[in-house]
Amino acid sequence: MEDPLIIGNKRFNSRFILGSGKFSLEMTDAVIRNGGVEIATLAIRRANKGGEEDILDYMPEGITLLPNTSGARNAEEALRIARLARELGCGDMIKVEIIKDSKYLLPDNCETIRAIKMLSDEGFVAMPYMMPDLSAARAMADAGAAAIMPLGAPIGSNKGLLTKEFIKILVEEINLPVIVDAGIGRPSQACEAMELGCAAVMANTAIATAKDVPAMATAFRMAIEAGILAYLSGPGRVLEDRGEASSPLTGFLGRL
Amino acid sequence: MPLIKVDAEEYYDNMERLPTDLMDQVLALTKEFDPAKYTSSDVVRALEKDHLLPEDFAALLSPAADPYLEKMAERARDETRRHFGNSVCMFTPIYTSNYCTNQCVYCGFNCKNQIHRAKLSIEEVDTEMKAIASTGLTEILILTGESRTMSDIEYIGECIKVAAKYFSSIGMEVYPMNSDEYRYLRDCGADYVTVFQETYDPKRYAELHLGGPKRIFSYRFNAQERALRGGMRGVAFGALLGLGDFRKDAFSCGMHAYLLQRKYPHAEISFSLPRLRPCISNEKDDNPVHERQLLQVALAYRIFMPFAGETISTRECKDFRDNIVGLCATKISAGVCVGIGGRAEEEKGDEQFDISDPRSVEEVRKALVDKGLQPVFNDYVRV
Repeated sequence: MEDPLIIGNKRFNSRFILGSGKFSLEMTDAVIRNGGVEIATLAIRRANKGGEEDILDYMPEGITLLPNTSGARNAEEALRIARLARELGCGDMIKVEIIKDSKYLLPDNCETIRAIKMLSDEGFVAMPYMMPDLSAARAMADAGAAAIMPLGAPIGSNKGLLTKEFIKILVEEINLPVIVDAGIGRPSQACEAMELGCAAVMANTAIATAKDVPAMATAFRMAIEAGILAYLSGPGRVLEDRGEASSPLTGFLGRL
Repeated sequence: MPLIKVDAEEYYDNMERLPTDLMDQVLALTKEFDPAKYTSSDVVRALEKDHLLPEDFAALLSPAADPYLEKMAERARDETRRHFGNSVCMFTPIYTSNYCTNQCVYCGFNCKNQIHRAKLSIEEVDTEMKAIASTGLTEILILTGESRTMSDIEYIGECIKVAAKYFSSIGMEVYPMNSDEYRYLRDCGADYVTVFQETYDPKRYAELHLGGPKRIFSYRFNAQERALRGGMRGVAFGALLGLGDFRKDAFSCGMHAYLLQRKYPHAEISFSLPRLRPCISNEKDDNPVHERQLLQVALAYRIFMPFAGETISTRECKDFRDNIVGLCATKISAGVCVGIGGRAEEEKGDEQFDISDPRSVEEVRKALVDKGLQPVFNDYVRV
């Protein structure tokens, strides 16, 4: 069942977007291979061109880089980091992360909307990390976002789809790929996101904190594949745990 | 400027007064904190919580938590991995001047000490920094003794401008200053400010800081807040454990950081873990804070504020440092000289304290890799 993911004007077969930076750079290649990953994010703050331990040196040939604006606290800073990413040869895709809260690392939707407008005006394929709020998502779509990346739970928490109901609304209402970004802690949760109709799942901590990092990448690939297949197969309705009335509620119609 | 000030709260004319009650809050909470009142069930309850409250942090610092050190280490390691993965940032300090106008009884730079005083010229700073940059490091911490005449704001600014040529992240650990001065140094290229309160007990503070502007407890206390108002990105806190009651000092230090982050949510917070070590002013090593106690404090900071950075100093030995980075510390110094100069140039001035881990950048990097950790040379983009 072919169902490519299209972001900007690029086609991808994989729906597993890999985060980086939380596991040893030497493992990057194995994780990407096991996960069947085609898009990997990286923090521009970790790039160290010409220096030691440059994350860019570890990204295999052929991978699409999705640099993020980690460290930006407002739209202007995000724009400057995006330009830097372009100069470093990372291409035009940019994951917009604007965070003014050092404790929970929750995104600032208002600044992000502003940033999307500035970035798309400069030809970037902007993908905002956001709180799953419908109005904000619409504004981001209007500002030119190429996809939206709502969080499932606080970043690094591995708590899964705590925002599930809101993500379902975004999937239904926004005509852009919806990619669950943060909080996914288990392959089963990634599978669930795909069953809901999300376009892709991004994970980092869930893999980085596994005992066997490359093996967990395999588990995520399989779960994501199962999820998208289930979604495309049109899952049957799950009966709610409700009792049935002993006599039909519309039985009175016959007695009229 | 008189050297000895009788009143520890007598501000100099040029010192900015901030309208803030942060210090009063921290001191009031510390006054209430009685380490002896906590029980093992308080500790267990704290460790079971997702997000800890100040009361839980207090329990983890209490003697009742000592038998739970292993449990604390497990929780701390998990938090560290969730927030930082296996990455550990590397940096090094550079001391550019050891002239000091303060009289801190425990410090090697004490103005009454007969030590070799020196200050690097800007050309020498450039040569030293170039040598440091050749090791691959991209983060530097600039330190001076506290002398507004020998290392004035302009001098520090020039050092920072030189650093900006070679490094992507620049910290400074110099005397506390006013918001506009912090803003000027930020504009020169500085990113974060470290100020150790040393001890948070005002009475003990007055006994230890006999003279110089450092004697003014509240001006020092509010330095981080002024730095944030001046536009600095991050601030670091530290109590020099062993000067006063270390549990109370660690509690105050944690609350200082916690309350300031609540007031300035964007601020990047980090803790340093200095412990009193032998030096010219303090030759005996009789600190009641042993490695076990230091670890308890380090773990408690991590569990209470899992997002905060933690820096482990070369005051500690190699084995302690190599183990603590896997558990809670996220930043480690390497290739350290605590004298004035000494990398590219011959050392011109004496050290502030003795270091216990003289390893080079390459040796520390290798030790991290051997432990399955990821040495990070660059973690900052100046925008």
